[in-house]
Amino acid sequence: MREFIKRYEGLWLFSRSPAAIIAAIVAVLSILGAVFAPLIAPANPYDLASFSLMDGLLPPVWEEFGNPKFLLGTDDQGRDMVSSILYGARLSLIIGLSAMAIATVLGVGLGLAAGYYGGRFDMIVMRIADIQLALPAILTALLIDGIARGVLPSEMQQDLRVAVLTLAIALSLWVNFARTARASTFVQMQKEYVQAAIITGQRPIRVMFVHILPNILGPLLVIMTVDLASAILLEATLSFLGIGLPADSPSLGTLIRIGMQFMLSGEWWILWIPTLFLVALVVSINILGDFLRDVFNPRLR
Amino acid sequence: MAYFILKRLVQSVFVMIAVAFLAFSLFRFVGDPITQMTGVETAIEDQERLREELGLNDPFVVQFYRFTGDMLQGDFGYSYRTRQSVGEMIASRIPATLELGTVALLISLIVGIPTGVYTALRPRGFVTQSILLTTLVGVSIPTFVIGIMLIFLFGVQLGWLPTFGRGGTVQVGGWESSLFTIDGWRALLLPAITLGVYQLTLTMRLVRAEMMEVLRSDYIRFGMARGVPMRSLYFRHALSNTMVPVITIIGLQFGGVIAFSIVTESVFQWPGMGLLFLESIRFVDIPVMGVYLVVIAFFFVLVNLIVDLLYVAIDPRLRIKDES
Repeated sequence: MREFIKRYEGLWLFSRSPAAIIAAIVAVLSILGAVFAPLIAPANPYDLASFSLMDGLLPPVWEEFGNPKFLLGTDDQGRDMVSSILYGARLSLIIGLSAMAIATVLGVGLGLAAGYYGGRFDMIVMRIADIQLALPAILTALLIDGIARGVLPSEMQQDLRVAVLTLAIALSLWVNFARTARASTFVQMQKEYVQAAIITGQRPIRVMFVHILPNILGPLLVIMTVDLASAILLEATLSFLGIGLPADSPSLGTLIRIGMQFMLSGEWWILWIPTLFLVALVVSINILGDFLRDVFNPRLR
Repeated sequence: MAYFILKRLVQSVFVMIAVAFLAFSLFRFVGDPITQMTGVETAIEDQERLREELGLNDPFVVQFYRFTGDMLQGDFGYSYRTRQSVGEMIASRIPATLELGTVALLISLIVGIPTGVYTALRPRGFVTQSILLTTLVGVSIPTFVIGIMLIFLFGVQLGWLPTFGRGGTVQVGGWESSLFTIDGWRALLLPAITLGVYQLTLTMRLVRAEMMEVLRSDYIRFGMARGVPMRSLYFRHALSNTMVPVITIIGLQFGGVIAFSIVTESVFQWPGMGLLFLESIRFVDIPVMGVYLVVIAFFFVLVNLIVDLLYVAIDPRLRIKDES
């Protein structure tokens, strides 16, 4: 019953917050667009035969010389911008979501275990977390990417690009989860239900994941949203720097990097439409994260 | 006091050893140095001879000892890509990055502290609410997009400021500086703002949170009850007590500034260490990557040491505890 009221209250707060509603709409629409990109995109940007140089550099429909076939115009190769953005967002979200998922599993697992067992294990995990926290995420991700470039044989580089990028981002984001999970686990460990579970002889794994985990989900959910935004930003930044995804399978960051070349020549749409899309996506995820934090932290209300 | 500093120094040395170990492992285990240095046509025997001559067959500990020894003597090895001395390559890039980072940090403090104080004093005002909303959007906009927007607005549309490079630089005792020419400052402005914006929002939020915390405390209430003028309460009593955490954050932010300067330097083609690091990643130039890490770690450790010393200088409690 308490859970139900809590949930109900969250929904009620949600209906009272126009910023959260708009943010949710933008985020859901972008995610739907990305998921169903192969179905709704007018063209396939990976299919070299589907576009032609003849259609290159067309402006969006509302400008002079716009072509209704290409709603948001085309790039220099004649690729449809709508399709490029949908497919780009798809890649960005796939990488962002899987990086966040890996970071969650890794961080929550380590944090729970550190909080449960305490002692030396806790100390080691937290020292590693401290060291990594001193290094900004972008530096960690760049470094992991650089190492992967050196270790992997060159013929595998292209195929594994998405995996390397995902892993680099995940490994630079797990610390937040670990610290939060550990702190919340410490609090739960004092409670009677956990003590009862331990005394009745349940296995540590079961106590951690069946009993403690459901009770610390709230703060973790907030971090998941915030870190999804960070993961998408990190991917975009790496791709923008030319370290991430190559131009033939562009993510949003790659599209922006390509668009930079057209900043001076007046083809504004190639640069600004992907940029706007990226910013809108990240801003709305962050607003949702802020909203969730308020819901889960009644003290701030 | 002396004990405190000594403890910090010992910790710093350990951090540096750990980072040197990481850099060395990179160098030793990521790719084979011999294949990097020789071509396909080099005979196997020659490769083996080179391996022996360079001491790559020695035990790991011996190699690591030699590596740190060389580094302490200023020998950082040679780049795989340019065949230049890595020490010289990085040293020539340090001034650009440090000047950029320092100016960015200054911008973040000069703007961030007053707005933080203001938004704490008037938490419900319209101006405060709009500033807070702006910072939320500001945090969500990636650094490179801020850079692109500034370039577009001030570089392309208005044509006021240059969009790449350092502008005119002057040699000041071996330090290539752009702080002494108007041209240099014009080139510095956009990158520094780009780099400073994110740090600015952090500074502002922190000062605001600390200030609000302090304003709730008993001694401020007591001061109010006693009739101490509000201005003196706010700026003498409250603000000086928020400065300790702010100084810590500056130390931590310095790391962020250096790391994000990689992005900013790439957007503005600013010839600093970050740009060099990016190139070295792209070409898997391991020696440069390793030395970059060591140099960055050295700056981190140095700044954190200075912050610790400032702590003692600012917070009298630390001194008293020590003497008793």
